[in-house]
Amino acid sequence: MTGGMPGPAPDERMRPKGRRNTQGIRVDPEAEVTHEPRQAVLSALVKHRPGVLSEVSALFSRRQFNIESLTVGPTVDEDTARMTILIEEPEPGIDQAKKQLRKLVPVISVRELEGEAVRRELALVKVSGEKPDDVNAIADMYGGQAVDASTDSVTVEITGSKQKIDAAVEAFKQFDVQEIVRTGAAALERGPKTLEKDV
Amino acid sequence: MSERASVPKEEEETESETEQEPVTTGAQSVIRALENAGTDYVFGVQGGAIMPVYDALYDSDINHVTMAHEQGASHAADAYGIVTGDPGVCFATSGPGATNLVTGIADANMDSDPVIALTGQVPTEFVGNDAFQETDTVGITQPITKESYFAADSDTVGDNVSEAFALADAGRQGPTLVDLPKDVTQGETEVEPGKPETPDTYDVPEEADDENVQEAAEALAEADRPVILSGGGVIKANASSALREFAKEYEIPVITTMPGIGSFPEDHELSLEWAGMHGTGYANMAITNTDCMLAIGTRFDDRLTGGVDSFAPDAEVIHVDIDPAEISKNVYADYPLIGDAREVLRQLFDAMPRAPDADEWRDQCQEWKSEYPMDYDTPDDEPLKPQYVVEQFSEMTPDDTIVCTGVGQHQMWASQFWEYTEPRTWVSSHGLGTMGYGVPAAIGAKLAAPDQEVVCFDGDGSFLMTVQGLSVAVREQLDITYVVLNNEAVGMVRQWQDGFYEGRRMASEYPWIPQFDKLAEAFGARGFTLESYENVEETIQEARDYDGPSVIDAHIDPGENVFPMVPSGGDNGLFALNEDQLDMI
Repeated sequence: MTGGMPGPAPDERMRPKGRRNTQGIRVDPEAEVTHEPRQAVLSALVKHRPGVLSEVSALFSRRQFNIESLTVGPTVDEDTARMTILIEEPEPGIDQAKKQLRKLVPVISVRELEGEAVRRELALVKVSGEKPDDVNAIADMYGGQAVDASTDSVTVEITGSKQKIDAAVEAFKQFDVQEIVRTGAAALERGPKTLEKDV
Repeated sequence: MSERASVPKEEEETESETEQEPVTTGAQSVIRALENAGTDYVFGVQGGAIMPVYDALYDSDINHVTMAHEQGASHAADAYGIVTGDPGVCFATSGPGATNLVTGIADANMDSDPVIALTGQVPTEFVGNDAFQETDTVGITQPITKESYFAADSDTVGDNVSEAFALADAGRQGPTLVDLPKDVTQGETEVEPGKPETPDTYDVPEEADDENVQEAAEALAEADRPVILSGGGVIKANASSALREFAKEYEIPVITTMPGIGSFPEDHELSLEWAGMHGTGYANMAITNTDCMLAIGTRFDDRLTGGVDSFAPDAEVIHVDIDPAEISKNVYADYPLIGDAREVLRQLFDAMPRAPDADEWRDQCQEWKSEYPMDYDTPDDEPLKPQYVVEQFSEMTPDDTIVCTGVGQHQMWASQFWEYTEPRTWVSSHGLGTMGYGVPAAIGAKLAAPDQEVVCFDGDGSFLMTVQGLSVAVREQLDITYVVLNNEAVGMVRQWQDGFYEGRRMASEYPWIPQFDKLAEAFGARGFTLESYENVEETIQEARDYDGPSVIDAHIDPGENVFPMVPSGGDNGLFALNEDQLDMI
């Protein structure tokens, strides 16, 4: 092998004092700073057209954002749909997710909803039909209702926060849960604030 | 208008729009949209589903360059986009045509090069049926474009193309694609395409926030060890002149990234050339020890930063970028300035309260230049050194000569030992690192700048990947000099095997390499062989004098490796200057 150049060896060179953490942030050399992941609710207005959902979900997958749920549906404007995305990421990741989302051409605007935003999820739970009265009693406790019943099964609808639905599902387990489907969270900001186009 | 090295291309607006026949089909609307956007050249390959578009091209003044492979079409369009600053256009048919374009589209996406790809698609009624030559082109290309459009209607297909064209050019440039089902292009329409306009959801920032600019300027003026890191975005924004004025006025040393090569003249004393894995020792010393970095139009790629924990660890970072998503993506920005590089440089120029007091620092940078010179030995009894070939060529050619490359060791030597002084004269594949980029890129570059000399340094491995493009260069009579720095190996892989895999040279040596001079002659180009120091100049001169494509097969020292080197994820300040130092860091 040949090649190589003249000059002082690595251990003879001027060295900086500082350092950065793995997120590229300058840190006190004595203290380690790490960002803990937190949950964020992102709400996005998007053009209502084919391929938007796949574009958004592909973005989250290829950039390795940790996504918990994603819901999408129409708005009052037939050209616009609204997505609610729950992610769990350290602060810089949440910031990146917002910016990368905003960059997609069919995305009109993006905002992170504050902690007290109204969040609702819907679950349908199909359980054994052997004890319909007991099932109804539990459904009542969680403000739900039976939406279908047969000799072998009862299907119950429950709406609420994730925690409430988690608890309800746990309670229904005593009836032999046959099938379950959850929508993931939909969310809106409290008060008069709306999601206008970002300027 | 882009900042071109020499004579700007004439604006040909002589044809009046009244001469244009009204469109009658979707395909004509597609071509009309390209004409309206000022397209001179299209690089492409014919095929079943794109035939209606080609048929409409028959009546157009747009020049079509038939490429030997669709990958070449996308690379040629990419290089055309780099050199002119305007979107390069490529065509391919559905299925394999479209998938062959993908490498070039991904390449353009990584390097933010303006490219528009138009692909044929099976008729709408067959889409989803796994028809002959059907592939989900929009699905495949969505992640590697700014946007991929599926044209749904003959009446709106022209608008799709206009919008895609505008989007490729706007803000942070990049590739766009329009997928064209055959029934949509064949279908009748009288609708003329609209003007090229970006979608209403796409914002293009111009000036940065004044208050942020003021704060950044004060931080830079306060610095003891300031540097400017000039990225590819400076060239894309035609901000090279603004950068030069700023750096010279405030006497701040300039480091470029690889895509930023040419944004600042390397023969200026403030230039430290480029930093990163194989950057100069002095650039890497300066970037490691700076206390304030003005970074413009760079995405802080890992080949530049090494490990981010050791990247410019003392520096406050002022980050100028037109794409907000680049701010604090890899390296945290203390002063984010979102805007167009040229505008923001102008703002900063006015906002600087004074020049930083950095005499000592500038002396230090000069000292590093003499401590870590880019030197190499040329013993007569050893095979030809590739660095010598590059350096000789550089000395013999005008400043505005365009250098294209493939990817590998030759690319590093071409960037290290050629002296770049003008923007848009360095045409290479950076982010994607596409071997085979060089041969078709040189075709696109030459057509973009017919009055400038074009040389392409390639490696034997890289050259073989797209060598069929020589047939195009011969047919189009393009005066390009290809120099194959032939070490009978994929040298960069071999270098890593020797350094990091105990010399286990798996699949990296090419002892069966063809004779490139004879191969060139078979294509109809001129072929030369270069084996020793004594006829380097003479051979280069002969190849340059030949009016048409020529290939110099330069048999270089097969043992030569690229230095300096920062191992992947390493500390820029601890670059190795030779094999032994690799073990020390």
